[in-house]
Amino acid sequence: MTTAPTRKTHHLTIPVKASDIAMLKPGDIVYLEGVVYTAREGVYDRVLEKQQPLPAFDQSGTDLSAISNVNFHCSPAAAPSEDGNYKIGGVTATASFRFSKWMERWLDLTDTKIVIGKGGMPKEDYTNILAPRGAVYLTTVGYGTGALLGRGVTSVKNVFWLDDLGIAQAMWMFNVKAFGPFIVDSDIAGNSLFAEHNAAIAENISALYDGLKPPALSRYGETDNRKDEVM
Amino acid sequence: MTITAKHIETAAYEIMKKAAIDIPDDYLTGIEAMADTESGDLSAFVLSAMLDNYRAATEDRRPMCADTGLPRYYVKVGDKARMDSMVALEAALRKATADATHDVPLRPNRVHPLWRTEHNNNLGINSPEVEWSFEPDADWIDITTVHKGGLFGTDYRMLFPGDGIDGIKRFLLDTLIAFGKRGLACQPAIVGVGIGGSKDTCMQLGKQAACLRVVGDRNPDPEIAKLEHEFKELGNSIGMGAMGFVGSSMVVDCHIEVGYTHTGGMPVSVHTFCLSSRRATARIHGDGTITYRTDPKWFTPYMRREGIS
Ligand code: SF4
Repeated sequence: MTTAPTRKTHHLTIPVKASDIAMLKPGDIVYLEGVVYTAREGVYDRVLEKQQPLPAFDQSGTDLSAISNVNFHCSPAAAPSEDGNYKIGGVTATASFRFSKWMERWLDLTDTKIVIGKGGMPKEDYTNILAPRGAVYLTTVGYGTGALLGRGVTSVKNVFWLDDLGIAQAMWMFNVKAFGPFIVDSDIAGNSLFAEHNAAIAENISALYDGLKPPALSRYGETDNRKDEVM
Repeated sequence: MTITAKHIETAAYEIMKKAAIDIPDDYLTGIEAMADTESGDLSAFVLSAMLDNYRAATEDRRPMCADTGLPRYYVKVGDKARMDSMVALEAALRKATADATHDVPLRPNRVHPLWRTEHNNNLGINSPEVEWSFEPDADWIDITTVHKGGLFGTDYRMLFPGDGIDGIKRFLLDTLIAFGKRGLACQPAIVGVGIGGSKDTCMQLGKQAACLRVVGDRNPDPEIAKLEHEFKELGNSIGMGAMGFVGSSMVVDCHIEVGYTHTGGMPVSVHTFCLSSRRATARIHGDGTITYRTDPKWFTPYMRREGIS
């Protein structure tokens, strides 16, 4: 394990600098301050598949990365409030592996440096896509820390494409403070905390099945050849 | 006195809120105990962050997890309870769901399975689900809501009598390992195992075992109670803890429910109720007063048809 018993904790300001990112090691804890944006399938589909431009983030046409280089795979529990703003209740990430196919083009387009989500992405994506672009992956904790993360969202800075995509899929921009905790999964060398732990656990797995008699009917999953019969 | 739709609506709205915000005590105590014994340091960090999260949710009155699951209801009607209209009861449950979705707020998770159409209120075709049961000699109506999230952690298999307990263990291990990696199941979980019945009842029994029985509760059949303990220990011996990190916190408790099944088969289902194990129950008494609790008391002796010929 590369992880020490006491967790190293970093408080970073967004937009995050390359020097901040370079310090992050798998298993470290991170809290963020600044602006994070959300993007999930609705946003990637619109921008990357349908080739529509990113929204105008302000009147002077500032790039997304100058406002935020932190992409959060999340859909909030949010509802419009009377004052025309939004009430954010809980904030929880959604499983990131589903967005992996879009990450390369998305990072190139937006210059995002931190991707936050649930469960990480395949290690090859870290090696081939994130690390070469100086980007890292942070995972939310639990994963049910919706109330803690909701506390960290001080206000909604903006929301785009709400009418077209709905609350869950819209592109939200949150002002955040002491937003976390997050655990560093991948670093700029492309290491993966999840991959390390999976490998350590895997050593014990076959022993768990020792002494259990074989099933009466085998099934796909126990063989990886789909031409095999299960009988 | 009869119970009115207004009573039902008030009770249902309140349990929607309570479920989303306040972690049930039995589960909380279970996680605290696991946090004390967890030796994997990252897994222990996750558990302590979760304990902070439950406190923050209760203090701020905000949902503990933003994925507020698929809100649904279990209704137990006392045989002596009087209610004008059962259709009005269901309508009240729908209204409470929509109102709570806006007010708490809950995430409007419900969409059409094919067209992904949503109404931003967690209502739709066949939703929310309402399951019914009855209780002899009672004049109350119990309404329980469960907000179960998790696209991961549930599976079904048709096993055969010859597979025996080993077969169930094999399936349980397969499911926990597959969905435990990277913590997709958001373990430690209350694991529900449904054994027997027809395929659909098997799923239903396992789901109810996970969601409607509290940590520490044991099946009244002493042999099944022993199995519950054994399955819990088995899950915790995988070497995997919270978020799939090295550790021992996989199963907070295991509950098994059985139903008589086809002589040739042994259907089994496994369900995991996650780190946001959300349930809340209201009892609307015959006189219209409402009391709240977190133990659904769903599996009564009558429910299991104990001693009924
Ligand atoms: S599985 Fe449970 S704790 Fe995890 S994200 Fe879903 S609802 Fe939240």
